Amino acid sequence: MALSVRIDLPRKDFRLRIDHMFSVKGVTALFGPSGCGKTSILRVIAGLEKGAGTEVIWNGTPWQGGAMMPPHHRRVGYVFQDAQLFSHLNVDANLRFAEKRATGGDIQRDDVVVTLGIRHLLGRGVADLSGGERQRVSMARSLLSQPKLMLMDEPLAALDHRAKAGILPLIQSLPRRFGVPVIYVTHALDEVAQVADSVAMMKLGEIIDAGPVAAMLERPEMQSLTGRFEAGSILEGTVSAHDMAMHLTQVDVGGVPFEMPFLDAPVGTLLRLRVRARDVTLATERPKGISTRNILKGTIMRLMPEAETAFSEVLIDLGPAHVQARVTHAAVRDLGLSEGSDVFALIKSVSFDRRALPGVKQR
Amino acid sequence: MNADLAPLWLSLRLALVTTLALLVLGTPLAWWLAMTKSRVKPFLEAVTALPLVLPPTVLGFYLLIVLSPNSAVGGLFLSVTGQSLTFSFTGLVVASVVYSLPFMVQPLQSAFEGVGRGPLEAAATLGASPIDRFFSVASPLALRGYITGFVLSFTHTLGEFGVILMVGGNIPGRTKVISIAIYENVETLDYAQAHWLSAVLLGFSFAVLLLVFTVNRRIPVKVI
Repeated sequence: MALSVRIDLPRKDFRLRIDHMFSVKGVTALFGPSGCGKTSILRVIAGLEKGAGTEVIWNGTPWQGGAMMPPHHRRVGYVFQDAQLFSHLNVDANLRFAEKRATGGDIQRDDVVVTLGIRHLLGRGVADLSGGERQRVSMARSLLSQPKLMLMDEPLAALDHRAKAGILPLIQSLPRRFGVPVIYVTHALDEVAQVADSVAMMKLGEIIDAGPVAAMLERPEMQSLTGRFEAGSILEGTVSAHDMAMHLTQVDVGGVPFEMPFLDAPVGTLLRLRVRARDVTLATERPKGISTRNILKGTIMRLMPEAETAFSEVLIDLGPAHVQARVTHAAVRDLGLSEGSDVFALIKSVSFDRRALPGVKQR
Repeated sequence: MNADLAPLWLSLRLALVTTLALLVLGTPLAWWLAMTKSRVKPFLEAVTALPLVLPPTVLGFYLLIVLSPNSAVGGLFLSVTGQSLTFSFTGLVVASVVYSLPFMVQPLQSAFEGVGRGPLEAAATLGASPIDRFFSVASPLALRGYITGFVLSFTHTLGEFGVILMVGGNIPGRTKVISIAIYENVETLDYAQAHWLSAVLLGFSFAVLLLVFTVNRRIPVKVI
């Protein structure tokens, strides 16, 4: 499935200029700072924003640019930041609103209600729902309209950590479970790391880069968007063993074993680990007598000193995966690091971001 | 007391017909005013609000001129229906619609504005056409506006005097509404009858308003 979007519209502080082909598959994150035009792109795709400078083509069918296909004919689900549930209807009637107007599709109500965990809410009024419940209902309503594509506009922005952690795995599973690709707008990197399969990075009205999530998180431009504190990489692996006595779980990332605190997930579960650059230490020899459990041999692929700070960003190739490290210029000099040199990357087990593990129950 | 209640019934009939006509005519106007970004909007808003500030005599005078068989509008109506618009019930309805227009349009407009674009856009992405969106989302959400507009238009028309006197005169059974009857009673020093009709109007208007304010406060609008 492919979605081609062209936009050239003036905005308050900048010009929104987009010419992008979204390869809509799985979850695509549209990521960038607030107010850079992300929402406008979703609105154009959904048909809520007209304008001479807009063109949308879905799988060869023109939606916009020339003739305008109205939003109610596009079958694009839209989950709004404020959910936009109908306050004159209860939860069940909100869902029925979508069902009545849906055409085709094979998404089943029971499946949706169970997956999103909203069965107990069906009889409730919309005003009695919490923020997280609203977004679950909104997602369910959207799915029941049998959409070809779901657009989600920062649906978790107003939620607390707990509610977020409950919903993120659901979002990640939507494409697999219901066969609906998702374009997910966010300015939060932890959300990107958890839900996205691919990322389109935005800055001031333009998409500056796009690609698979793991590769995108390593891009230098990412750091200018996220702040250096959050910079890091993503490793994908499977749970290979548990050590119940030590409360440890071993994760296999393409043949490289990682050790992390115990996770209640069966062997074989696919995992996504996020490692922050600031949690990675480098050594030129394999250290001995050290508490760090993950010591991985690799090669420096990229070494970038940051201007006017004490730090360099180092990207290390571990073979099946990459990790980023953030070390001082002084360390680079004293260890004689350069691109191509062999190093050991040290990652403490506790530094794995457990929140960033979709689909896994946590203890 | 052998009160002549015919003027009361006539007033109620006029108020009901006028209000229903206003529902049909005022809704699209209010909707347009609430949604448009056109530059003509303030102009139309001002025109809609004119009956609030004009003396009924001025309004009635112009209506009399427009509705009279000698004018284009009145003449056309006469040649098509064989009826005159002045000094007739139909003429009163037309005049009352103009006179009570702001009482229907303004509550509706602010109700539609209160609904906002959000729910309508959500409905659109769920496959609802514009007409569908209006009836299934905007209207129920604007229900309070409808109730307010209906009651204000109805009671305002019920209490109408100056415009009716100018356009309809005082023809028993056709244009002699309750306010005109009261005026006539006072002029002829029939204070008992005037008291009686005034009390009926006062009581009725108060009861309707009380009912609406109570309902509006107690029951959150909800249609399932």
